[in-house]
Amino acid sequence: MQTLYISLALFLLLNLCAGMWRVLRGPSPADRMLAAQLFGTTAVAVLLLLAQGSAAALRDVALLFALLAAVTAVAFVKRAWPETDVEHDGE
Amino acid sequence: MMVSDYLAVVVLILGAIFFLAGTLGLLRFPDVYTRLHALTKADNVGLGLIVIGLGITSESLVVAGKLLLIWLLVLLAGASVSYLIARAALHKGIRLWKR
Repeated sequence: MQTLYISLALFLLLNLCAGMWRVLRGPSPADRMLAAQLFGTTAVAVLLLLAQGSAAALRDVALLFALLAAVTAVAFVKRAWPETDVEHDGE
Repeated sequence: MMVSDYLAVVVLILGAIFFLAGTLGLLRFPDVYTRLHALTKADNVGLGLIVIGLGITSESLVVAGKLLLIWLLVLLAGASVSYLIARAALHKGIRLWKR
């Protein structure tokens, strides 16, 4: 089982590296933020997988990551990318 | 290995596949709104399946409950965050993708 946990964690880590492309590329700031959100969730999954075998404390770290990802996104929408009343697309 | 272990292996691998699908969607889809759709698949289903897989083989009920709570937190956060980002993008005037 331990081998499976480690290899799945590695696989998710590779996914994360692939997602980096969207951060570098992503036309709007929202695209980069979405990639960061995916990183947060993937990191939670990786930490949970690693916590199952040896270090149970990593589960608390995963909890913290989940919390921080949510706070980051809210801060992004409210502060870094605020809604100005430029053009309102009524579509 | 017991039957539950085999079940856990299948569920864990399914979860990893959902994460792969989410990443591919994030890379391939054309605009913010469709990427949001891909992201929530990885957030909700991918993490959910991994939590279930780990919960089946976890040593105690306390650990399984904690895993479940982490998943619920991610679910709640994911729902509100996707709403906020989609609304902000719409108000910014980012157009919906049309073929």
